[in-house]
Amino acid sequence: MNAILFENVSRHFGNVRAVDGVDLAVAEGEFFAMLGPSGSGKTTCLRLVAGFEQPTAGHIEIFGETAEGLPPYRRNVNTVFQDYALFPHLSILDNVAYGLMVKGVGRIERRRAAEEALAMVALPGYGARKPGQLSGGQRQRVALARALVNRPRVLLLDEPLGALDLKLREQMQEELKSLQKALGLTFIFVTHDQGEALAMADRVAVFHEGKVRQVGTPEDIYRRPKTRFVADFVGSSNVLSRVQCQRLGVDAPAASLRPESIVIGRPTDGQLGLTGIPIATSFLGPVNRVTLDCGGERIVALLAGGAPIPAMGESVTLAFGRHDLHVMEDAG
Amino acid sequence: MIMASEGQRTRLMATPGPRDRGSLSDMLWRNPKLFLALLLCLPLLWLGVVYLGSLAVFLAQSFFAIDDFSGLVTYEPTLATYRQLFSDANFDIILRTVTMAASVTVASIVIAFPVAFYAARYAKGVWKAVFYLGVMLPLWSSYLVKIYAWKLILAKEGILTWLFAKLHLLWLLEAWLSIPIIGGNSLSVSYTGTFLVFVYVWLPFMILPIQASLERVSGSLVEASADLGARPGQTFRHVLLPLALPGIVAGSIFTFSLTLGDYIIPQIIGSSRLFIGQAVYAQQGTAGNLPLAAAFTVVPIVIMGVYLWAARRMGAFDAL
Amino acid sequence: MRSDRLDRAPLPLKISACLGLLFLHLPILLIFLYAFTTEEKSYRFPPPGLTLEWFAVTWNRPDVWAALTLSVKVASLATAIALVLGTLCAAAVSRAAFFGREAVSLLVILPIALPGIITGIALRSAFSMADIPFSFFTIVLGHATFCIVVVYNNAVARFRRLSGSLVEASMDLGADGFQTFRYVVLPNIATALLAGGMLAFALSFDEVIVTTFTAGQQSTLPIWMLEELIRPRQRPVTNVVAMVVVLVTLLPILAAYFLTRDGDQIAGAGK
Repeated sequence: MNAILFENVSRHFGNVRAVDGVDLAVAEGEFFAMLGPSGSGKTTCLRLVAGFEQPTAGHIEIFGETAEGLPPYRRNVNTVFQDYALFPHLSILDNVAYGLMVKGVGRIERRRAAEEALAMVALPGYGARKPGQLSGGQRQRVALARALVNRPRVLLLDEPLGALDLKLREQMQEELKSLQKALGLTFIFVTHDQGEALAMADRVAVFHEGKVRQVGTPEDIYRRPKTRFVADFVGSSNVLSRVQCQRLGVDAPAASLRPESIVIGRPTDGQLGLTGIPIATSFLGPVNRVTLDCGGERIVALLAGGAPIPAMGESVTLAFGRHDLHVMEDAG
Repeated sequence: MIMASEGQRTRLMATPGPRDRGSLSDMLWRNPKLFLALLLCLPLLWLGVVYLGSLAVFLAQSFFAIDDFSGLVTYEPTLATYRQLFSDANFDIILRTVTMAASVTVASIVIAFPVAFYAARYAKGVWKAVFYLGVMLPLWSSYLVKIYAWKLILAKEGILTWLFAKLHLLWLLEAWLSIPIIGGNSLSVSYTGTFLVFVYVWLPFMILPIQASLERVSGSLVEASADLGARPGQTFRHVLLPLALPGIVAGSIFTFSLTLGDYIIPQIIGSSRLFIGQAVYAQQGTAGNLPLAAAFTVVPIVIMGVYLWAARRMGAFDAL
Repeated sequence: MRSDRLDRAPLPLKISACLGLLFLHLPILLIFLYAFTTEEKSYRFPPPGLTLEWFAVTWNRPDVWAALTLSVKVASLATAIALVLGTLCAAAVSRAAFFGREAVSLLVILPIALPGIITGIALRSAFSMADIPFSFFTIVLGHATFCIVVVYNNAVARFRRLSGSLVEASMDLGADGFQTFRYVVLPNIATALLAGGMLAFALSFDEVIVTTFTAGQQSTLPIWMLEELIRPRQRPVTNVVAMVVVLVTLLPILAAYFLTRDGDQIAGAGK
């Protein structure tokens, strides 16, 4: 059964089509990422699931049940907010126990459940503090505990790691992922960070201008982008024009080529080749990035640290596997 | 640890049975417009219907006139009352009030600006609170007590005369009082007295908006101006003053409008010549000429309307 | 160097700022001195002698007590009405934009923006047209009309600070609209309402202009003061009452300040 189903869902704000004819199906137990730049409609989709927004058109199901017209408090989904939205006037324990309190769970029982949830997110004994006394990372964990204590069927996470510094973010990525696996819950995760989406999700939906441009596994999205936007947004891929494709003997409106699949040297069997003039190079640690001018189009190659760097301004030959060149449906 | 048994999970998942309160909440959630209407119906009934209605009815009286013989209002639309409003005696009242309002406003700006400027830019920590409360407390102190205090101060036997005598400056006070129009028998029955009390009572209304507008000028703007070579005086003239202007305009809206409508201060401290507020009071009360009273109140409303319109164009309302 | 000079206030500015503050406070302090004067017939300065006698005299004046009691009753009821209406308006205005939202905030401010005499006469003619006799309740209604704005200003400022996601979080966690109001909205706006209520009380307690038009034979404390100001009967009693009024209004203002100082300001400009 699908945990979440979107059928041709639109949400318009006046003239702005925040979400425009989206079809989506999220399977139960899946870690699903909604990826896109700001204003692409991903957060609105999440809010449609939570019930904070109502679709202008289309149909939404949560575990087979029609969601339109159902207030947020009648849905078995919970949200971890971008700013965490912890209640400033309540202690951490009361924050976590809030959902149980409004459902009428007795004081002793809900306190015990809240303590357990705090222990699960590695914050045992923090219950008496106020949200203002916690660090960003700790607040994030409280927000997680507060949502999970209600045992939702779907957990929605709106850029939950956005406010954390890099190191903490990487740690939380792993923790979230293992938590999701342990609970077997459906997680829907909104992010603008493609690295985060690829690292954590089972499947990714790429949003652009209110539409879903591609849905697939991280590998799919990364290696076989369907459109130029996806290729550009998910990692910095080279996009070859129709002319460039024809030069390579491929008939396609556009094609993507990952920088790391390019080597310097003559193409061997099953490989394609291009000539280009190196115009810039930068050292990135494990790799060197070389920008080349190939007949008026820019191609970026990531060369392994040990490989020789070509001299600037002197024509070289690039080689890459035929299967590394991924034909796209349109160049748009 | 968070893992629930399957049974526990389904139990919590099951939708709770509909409760009365819950279904009312659902209904309001589904009909945001109904919810909004419910929120607003009481306030709008009072403010929008009763209050605004009685205002309109009262102001509409100005388009009727009083019958000279019976002393009753004749309900036939006429501009006769407005003609009466612009008769010499009545026009004098308007002119006197507007002149007073303008001078009170100018004096308030002069006194308020340093206080607001210091409080916004230099006062730190405890002094910040001292300045804030130092303006708030007089603002909220009793209006009548403030007037009463000035009755004490301005009385012939009061502290001001005593002070002038101690400083051997009584001749100065007498010279001032002998000036026609602004002078008089004593300060408490002169326009000077009325003016002082107006300035005193409305001053906090000028300080607060100026302070608010100056507080929004970030320190880095001042530093940027200095960095670009401006002397403090130039920074003040070219950066701070233009940014404080909306606050000054907002404050002057208060001082101007409050002076135009007041009838108690000139009644207690000042000469026997009337201000608009007193004229309204007299016309609706003893004179029993409600149309003329309404026409008089239209004057401050029109003046303030024009003033507000001009101020809005200057962006003064951002500082409120 | 330059920014050093900008950080320290020039002496003339310091002096004029302090003089401005003194100008605001000295007249009120003078009231305190006069409450103790032995002089009965005039406002002589310096007072010929000091006495506590007038406190006792004032204490035994039934007219002062009656006026004070009426003022407290009026202010309490007017504040209660203003709290309900002001909070409703603030809640409506701080929700999503709707047609006429500007008009609602203008409407709330109007009774305080227009000269009190206009509000007073308009309400007076409305009451007499509807054949409502002037009474305690007409005074209360008049006061509530202009007290709404102070509650509204305080509540709107707090609603604006109350992040929208808190309400969403509450509903997300299963609380319906009423539970969300009780457990999340109310605790977060409570201090703002308390502050607004105190200011409304102070405003009503002090109001004289609208009251002169909506009161019948009753006199509130300000009406009593006004009569003393126009036709002084017993100056020393007035002196004492004036001092007590200053002290009594001081307390709610200080309390409102401490309730709202972290974050929003007392919406004093709304007076």
